[in-house]
Amino acid sequence: MSVQITSPQFKANARAALADAPLQQALSKVGLSFIGRRSAAAAKLPEFEALRDSARDIKNHTLAHLDLYLERYEQQVIAAGGHVHFAVDAAEARDIVTRICREAGARTVTKGKTMIAEEIGLNDHLEAAGIQPVETDLGEYLIQIRGEAPSHIIAPAIHLNKEQVEEDFRRVHAHLAPERNLSEPTSLLAEARGELRAKFLAADVGITGANFLVAETGTSIIVTNEGNGDLTQTLPKTHIVLASLEKLVPTLEDVSQLLRVLARSATGQDMSVYTTFSTGPRRAGDVDGPQAYHVVILDNGRSGMLAGAFREMLRCIRCGACMNHCPVYQAVGGHAYGWVYPGPMGAVLTPALIGIEKGANLPNASTFCGRCEAVCPVRIPLPKLMRHWREKEFERHLTPAPQRYGLAFWAFFARRGWLYRPATRLAMWGLSRLGKAKGRFAALPLAGGWTKYRDFPTPQGDTFQAQWQARRRAQAQGQTQRGGNR
Amino acid sequence: MTSSRDIVFASVRRALGATGQEAPRRQEVADRIAGHPRGIIPARADLPPAQKIDLFKDMVRAADATLDHLASVADVPLAIATYLRERNLPPTILRGADPRLAALPWASAPNLDVWIGPSDGRQLAGLSHAFAGIAESGTVVMLSGPDNPSTLNLLPDHHLVVVEAADVAGDYETVWTRIRAAYGPGVLPRTVNWITGPSRSADIEQTLLLGAHGPRSLHVLLVGAAL
Repeated sequence: MSVQITSPQFKANARAALADAPLQQALSKVGLSFIGRRSAAAAKLPEFEALRDSARDIKNHTLAHLDLYLERYEQQVIAAGGHVHFAVDAAEARDIVTRICREAGARTVTKGKTMIAEEIGLNDHLEAAGIQPVETDLGEYLIQIRGEAPSHIIAPAIHLNKEQVEEDFRRVHAHLAPERNLSEPTSLLAEARGELRAKFLAADVGITGANFLVAETGTSIIVTNEGNGDLTQTLPKTHIVLASLEKLVPTLEDVSQLLRVLARSATGQDMSVYTTFSTGPRRAGDVDGPQAYHVVILDNGRSGMLAGAFREMLRCIRCGACMNHCPVYQAVGGHAYGWVYPGPMGAVLTPALIGIEKGANLPNASTFCGRCEAVCPVRIPLPKLMRHWREKEFERHLTPAPQRYGLAFWAFFARRGWLYRPATRLAMWGLSRLGKAKGRFAALPLAGGWTKYRDFPTPQGDTFQAQWQARRRAQAQGQTQRGGNR
Repeated sequence: MTSSRDIVFASVRRALGATGQEAPRRQEVADRIAGHPRGIIPARADLPPAQKIDLFKDMVRAADATLDHLASVADVPLAIATYLRERNLPPTILRGADPRLAALPWASAPNLDVWIGPSDGRQLAGLSHAFAGIAESGTVVMLSGPDNPSTLNLLPDHHLVVVEAADVAGDYETVWTRIRAAYGPGVLPRTVNWITGPSRSADIEQTLLLGAHGPRSLHVLLVGAAL
């Protein structure tokens, strides 16, 4: 699916998501399933926190030497008989993939799950070129037949309920018996397996992403539970790997460190079911495997991120833990974020890739509770990076006028303590009197945006600063009274 | 004309403030690749041989695979016949040309039909010989080659894997060391499959179900005692 960017309409998207009952039902399961499994997996491994440090350090080292590891990786792919293509932007990556498919005479292409393909809008482009892309990850298949975009980076169809899936399967698999029972997830899975098995065997080209690229050996790695990406890169004559620059790691030992934190952070498994390491095309004497192996390495703005604070974002290994633990993601789901990458990682990455002009809403869609950073396997300081975007947004005068004026108004008082303290005390005193009866306000002047979704609790009568001073005074008095005993 | 490759490298180097020619940087990268330092290895993987085998068995089963521990490789054909019979499967299995599998006493299971070659998706059961087992996660390590088609790991409904107890390592890193010893530094077989349990998906309502696209069942035939 080529994704239309709706990030600038985040607020409208979020309102619609909050009112979408089936979506809310589906989202209610996000926290329940992922959070408990991750914490149980982490608790079972005493070295988990040390492994997070190790994962962070490996990524930092690689990014600081990225040009050299890219060189080495390219040499090794070529030595293994594969091809490496560099793409500056999305359009170039699409063209390279389409050209390889055409040269392979491809009519159908199977796809393992790849977020890079979503980022470059590959499917629409292939279809326009007369090549049929078939998503094989069950979740990706579900959203492909619905014409939707993924709403989660590892569970793309997390926004759907089984009743919706049944409806879609009856519509799309019209050649199957209409009276068949599809009421349970097991029968839905069995049907998808049957339908996709034929597609796996018929495809001319297989396209996968890469969780990691290993410089030491020129290897691309994918991690799946279904085995779909692994079939995608084993069966067709041509295998194309789509990967962004920052997937590089130096050695097999380094990738083993990262794999120890990836599945635990993502699904709470010690290890995903299939971890497949592919190096070049089939060798002399091999009886299966692809005959051609291509890697497309996409920049699309990432090299620029290496220069500043956002380099830290390039450590991301796409586990999804940050969105699983995010109260905003849990409330509105992934589509509201309006582009490919949702949740906290999307709130940092999206403005970097599509521009702060279009992405400014996303780093503002955070309570800064810090849970994303607390669970990130490579310790990306996501709240800090979101704050950087807010600063950039403000510097560039992208912040809406009422907010800017409001902040300026507040800043006028905040810089003048002699004015701020009595003014706020007066306001709090007034509000506490006004709201005494109910204990809350359903509406407040100038705060309509806030009270639209929740009540404002009645202040308890005085400001924090005033209470703090009162307490300090009381303590000081207490100490002078007890002074002789100390 | 500047190629996209040149543009990307120039952009990366500009952002890093590097030319790519700095000797210390190049040395650091060369050392890292040549030395491939190990990072943090979980203590649970560092066990005496017998306990390591026990951990492997526990972890294989925890990943929803099944496991038979056989005294000798000679027991493998009969164990396969029994596995298929108990599940009402036809007594037919497809395997690679691996000499270790060819050398098994197939006559001990006379009713078992054994075919050799890659899978085209029509076989219910496939047999492979693992390069190694990994105790810390219950993973089997499969290397592709003329004798070991990767399709056998992924297409049959039931994947049976022979793992010799002597090949069970505690951790991933030990297996990389062995692969380097077998293939040379910087070289991997075309495909290395780490497999940890049977195929599964939780894409429908977060309900975990086995048998998505790969094998519905993974059965490990662990052979012999720890060394």
